[in-house]
Amino acid sequence: MEKLTKDDIHPKILEALMRTESRYTVEDALENEMILNMGPQHPATHGVLRLLLRLDGETIVACVPELGYLHRGYEKMAENMSFYEFIPHTDRLDYLAPLSNNVAWVLAVEKLTGIEAPPRAQYIRMLICELSRIASHLVAIGAFAMDVGAMTVLLWTFREREKILDIWDILCGARFTNTYTRVGGVANDIQPEALAKVNWFIDQFDDNLKECEQLLNKNRIFIERLDGVGIVSAKDAIDLGLTGPTLRGSGVEYDLRRAKPYLFYNEMDFNVITYKEGDCLARYFVRIDEARESAKMVRQILSKMPQGEVRLNSAKKVLPNKAEVYTKMEELIQDFMIVNFGINPPAGEIYSAIENPKGELGFYIVSKGEGHPWKCKIRSPSFCNCQGLPLMMKGHMVSDVVAIVGSIDPVMGEADK
Amino acid sequence: MEFKELLVDKLKDQVPGFECTEEEFRGELSLTFDKRDIVKVCEILKNDPELSFDLCEDVTAIDWAKRTLRYTVVYHIFSLKNKFRVRLKCNIDEEDCAIDTVSSVWKSADWAERETYDMYGIQFNNHPDLRRMYMPEDFEYYPLRKDFPLMGIPGSLPLPKK
Repeated sequence: MEKLTKDDIHPKILEALMRTESRYTVEDALENEMILNMGPQHPATHGVLRLLLRLDGETIVACVPELGYLHRGYEKMAENMSFYEFIPHTDRLDYLAPLSNNVAWVLAVEKLTGIEAPPRAQYIRMLICELSRIASHLVAIGAFAMDVGAMTVLLWTFREREKILDIWDILCGARFTNTYTRVGGVANDIQPEALAKVNWFIDQFDDNLKECEQLLNKNRIFIERLDGVGIVSAKDAIDLGLTGPTLRGSGVEYDLRRAKPYLFYNEMDFNVITYKEGDCLARYFVRIDEARESAKMVRQILSKMPQGEVRLNSAKKVLPNKAEVYTKMEELIQDFMIVNFGINPPAGEIYSAIENPKGELGFYIVSKGEGHPWKCKIRSPSFCNCQGLPLMMKGHMVSDVVAIVGSIDPVMGEADK
Repeated sequence: MEFKELLVDKLKDQVPGFECTEEEFRGELSLTFDKRDIVKVCEILKNDPELSFDLCEDVTAIDWAKRTLRYTVVYHIFSLKNKFRVRLKCNIDEEDCAIDTVSSVWKSADWAERETYDMYGIQFNNHPDLRRMYMPEDFEYYPLRKDFPLMGIPGSLPLPKK
């Protein structure tokens, strides 16, 4: 970290930093106070988040997050490709839970087209959503603990996450960028080996999570660095548009799985975890408990999963089975039309959102009846959660910055789109 | 009375001269109205105890390219109490490419409006901090406008000096 001068910083960002009142005037602020540049290349900012901190001694007077270092223009790209072609790109949004993003996108497209996947496909989607929630929360907890100095936990949670990635490997042949869902279903049925591995994973998960918890819950350094740091009240949290564990850590019982059930979440028995403290520690507890709730839900999904098709059979809307494309004329034509001209949903607009590990991931799609969307807006949870950073940081110490950033767990691939 | 009728009735009662077109597609309600009413409408939607749309999920815009009123600003708001989502839309002319900010109503609209400004060049009047969100401050174009090419404009982003 280096001290900045007036030449290093864009005047408009400086103006935003200086807007907060303090006992110094604007003219001598650069003399008496310090402006500290953190990131975009910094191990504790979870990617390329850049924070400009205005400090009075060690206390943070103002914080201005600067986004856009990973901006790849996905909204522009979505306008120029078919609905199918965009599925792999959703993997790169929240890259810690790619399958969740896949599900969010296909649910949006299905809502626009007016089709529904068969029950088994929907159960598989729920299964992968919950497992990716566990995987994502494990990374969040591990990285968070490492940010505040407990190195061991990261290795332990990554060991657990590795097992989920192994399940993805069997399921769709990729560990990281999965692209597993399709419009009207999923790419392939879930294999018996994968199901066996899920069963095994869930059975041992509770004990292993408890081990990780034991490293942290009685760790005095960990608790003292988080307790009472970065408090957001319930009212502020709603006003700032925070969602996911960050909102529930402030005591607001808002979970899209409950508020606006999609897939078969209305048949699931689960608790919406809330903690009313609203500090970093509460957000950590929300994640731990949610991982446990997800494991509970995975058990229910496994016991309720029906047999049957995993892909809808609907000409002009859904890609046909690959084996049939090679042997039957009708399917070949169908495949050709969809690949070349897209699925042409009716003209209209929809907003479809699901509860991702980080919060509410929504897609707003405007269609003019063509094969590609006229407009696609990604409402990404990390972007909205980052907006809470200035409020959370004000009045805390420099060393709390990493704890606060870690507690909202932003993924810059998603925040910058 | 159904909730959406209640919603429209309340707005008509409390905003003088309020006219809106209601659309429903796939069970989602959209209201299109004049842009001068936007702040008033949002204040009522948020503060009315029966409606209480307290979560502003998203602000964005649509570029219709060849239409007379070229842009539409779109707001998605959600009521935690009623579990109801409504979409507000205001059409904007290319000549007068501005609308009043709603960041005074919901703080979360602050960044969302900055992003819309960054991508479409729509000015938000009275916005506290209207800077670019993603693109560099000295970038001259608005990337999500339909006349901005997909491949970008060569030379528009200066590379660092060697």
